[in-house]
Amino acid sequence: MAAAGTCGTGTRSTGSMVAAASTNNVTSFQRRGPRASGADSGCSRLVSIAGTRRSVRNGQLLVSTGLPALDQFLGGGLAVGTLLLIEEDKYNIYSPLLFNYFLAEGIASGHALLVASAKEDPADILQKLPAPLIDHSYKKECDEDICGHKMESDIKMKIAWRYQLFPKMESSDRYIHVSDDNKYQLIETSKWHGFFLPEKISSTFNVESCSLTSGYMKLLQFIQNIIYEEGFDGSNPQKKQKNILRIGIQNLGSPLWGDDICCAENCDASHSVTKFLYILRALLRTSLSASCIITVPTHLIQNKAVIARVTNLSDTVVGLESFIGSEKETNPLYKDYHGLIHIRQIPRLNNLIYDISDVKDLAFKLKKKLFTIEWVQDNYLRQERNIYPPGFSYLLKQKDSAWGEGSLQHSTFLMSFLAKATTFASRLVRHCEPLKQTGSGRIRQAAGPRLWHDGRRQEAPGLLVTPP
Amino acid sequence: MFPELNNLLNTTPEGAEQGKLTLLCDAKTDGSFLVHHFLSFYLKANCKVCFVALVQSFSHYNIVGQKLGVSLTAARERGQLVVLEGLKSAVDVFFRPREEPHPLQFLRSANAGDLQPLYAFVRDALQPVDSGEAAWRCPVLLVDDLSVLLSLGVGPVAVLDFVHYCRATVCQEWKGNVVCLVHDSGDTEDEESDVLLNGLSHQSHLILRAEGLATGFCKDVHGQLRILWRRPLQPNTHQDRSLTYQYKIQDKSVSFFAKGMSPAVL
Repeated sequence: MAAAGTCGTGTRSTGSMVAAASTNNVTSFQRRGPRASGADSGCSRLVSIAGTRRSVRNGQLLVSTGLPALDQFLGGGLAVGTLLLIEEDKYNIYSPLLFNYFLAEGIASGHALLVASAKEDPADILQKLPAPLIDHSYKKECDEDICGHKMESDIKMKIAWRYQLFPKMESSDRYIHVSDDNKYQLIETSKWHGFFLPEKISSTFNVESCSLTSGYMKLLQFIQNIIYEEGFDGSNPQKKQKNILRIGIQNLGSPLWGDDICCAENCDASHSVTKFLYILRALLRTSLSASCIITVPTHLIQNKAVIARVTNLSDTVVGLESFIGSEKETNPLYKDYHGLIHIRQIPRLNNLIYDISDVKDLAFKLKKKLFTIEWVQDNYLRQERNIYPPGFSYLLKQKDSAWGEGSLQHSTFLMSFLAKATTFASRLVRHCEPLKQTGSGRIRQAAGPRLWHDGRRQEAPGLLVTPP
Repeated sequence: MFPELNNLLNTTPEGAEQGKLTLLCDAKTDGSFLVHHFLSFYLKANCKVCFVALVQSFSHYNIVGQKLGVSLTAARERGQLVVLEGLKSAVDVFFRPREEPHPLQFLRSANAGDLQPLYAFVRDALQPVDSGEAAWRCPVLLVDDLSVLLSLGVGPVAVLDFVHYCRATVCQEWKGNVVCLVHDSGDTEDEESDVLLNGLSHQSHLILRAEGLATGFCKDVHGQLRILWRRPLQPNTHQDRSLTYQYKIQDKSVSFFAKGMSPAVL
């Protein structure tokens, strides 16, 4: 806790501990601000393992998932010893990105990696990892962007005050797919182990089946060997510095692993993947310093009960839903985004409560190779404020109601979305004093400055009034 | 132990009932706070507890227990608490198998295993010792949770058999209590889970069901708790009594209130 106090505020959007590595590797756990890289001398003594930080709430050791925005929604990061399950999107386009960010973050922090795949050679996966962002001009642009956002949030919203209660999301990650010489150096110096199923399946194996498919059995043995030999479970006293092992398993449950939960509804090996997850979680919990990311094609699993069991057996579950090919692609609300991201489960570790953000509608977009996560309503608000700038009051009318003075929170654009019905366009009126109640008072209505004001109708309603 | 829940259930650590099966059930939410409640409740009631912890590590329960006022390590040292850590033992039995039967032996079996070694472990742990020293009040078996056993390849009938054996020994013979947590799968058609849940519901004396709100996530009300008192041996007499409360989980306690009376709303 003292470390968090001296090294940064540790709050959600700003301030994280600086990685105490000697080389200039950039992790997403970095202090954001003008003194970006110069502040590690004071903190390096207090940080025990590079690339990790302590949770503010309960002192849990956290590692970054590679995306600061996702860390924010997961309560600061992924706890060491837990399992992150990514439910793949339909065509498996965006989940490999999250997988790669997790591994790239490990390389940048100097963690050891274990990559397991049945589809792609782990060496190839590592070659295609995004490189950390070392471009200083872009970083400055990011910081300016963040400062700009901060200033915007300081202007108190008078009309749309309800929106002020919602958090402002700043999210940009630090990884871009650039080929950089530094990247290859980093990969060569980092310690990684690969498990490629077609290579391992041919060797003979002499253990009873335990109702796991042989691919899963071999993978578990492999992981257990690495954890034991490299000392990640504290069994061998490590002479070198304590380090984190990041395990990544791709496409678990797909037929390439020999599992048939994606092929048939009543499958024979339905307990295979759940048993595998249980033993894997047991390995992670008993080792003091390993955390794991798994991607599972849940959209292919036909038996919903298996999906529920898989979710219950994991710690953190994040689901991706891309808009490609679905009817949401044409929805104007989602036009800037590529998909939705659902945080389905967050673990309660050492605690009765857990960090859960209030914002539930999250969408992601991939623009110029930057993966950002935003609250969907935020975009709406920005569009609305361009059309109806704050500082004015408006005459609004919804179907079958009278024209009334209203504020932006009841404006037509938002109401037509919420009410799922058409609303008449509002008219822009600027006036200096509050409108008087006109008519008999049975209906609460007000008229514009030149309308029915003194009993004689002077002008048709809804004309744009030029400011005096 | 949450004092408000004790009031709702009308129990105190001194006057805890004996010979009862309590079923904890959760649907669409996490009901593990009930497990923490009963664990600390029975430890404070001076009962001998056998805790089969299959889902989380011992340190998790210990840290939460300290917030609730009991120290699990101290209880374990003085012999009041026997813990079977599922995660740690699973690694042992899976990768370093030995000849003698292990409570989690079913992990190594190729087809649906049976839970006899687990029952033997529970029986040995809760056997009343006639040494004449200050005996514990009554034996209690606490299982967290039974749905994990279904995921590990054990059939629902085997789990029901295990609970039946434990009930016969712990509840009937030794006048103790059994508390177990089961997940309700809801609308995902998990037949095995439904069989297990229905079978246990008919055998239990007290059912605590934690449900998520039907309208979705709410920051101030985390869920709804339904309490149902039953008499499994006399089905025709009195109607079962049922109460519903909503709750909010805080750092060290859980506050309960009537439906719609959340302090955030009033």
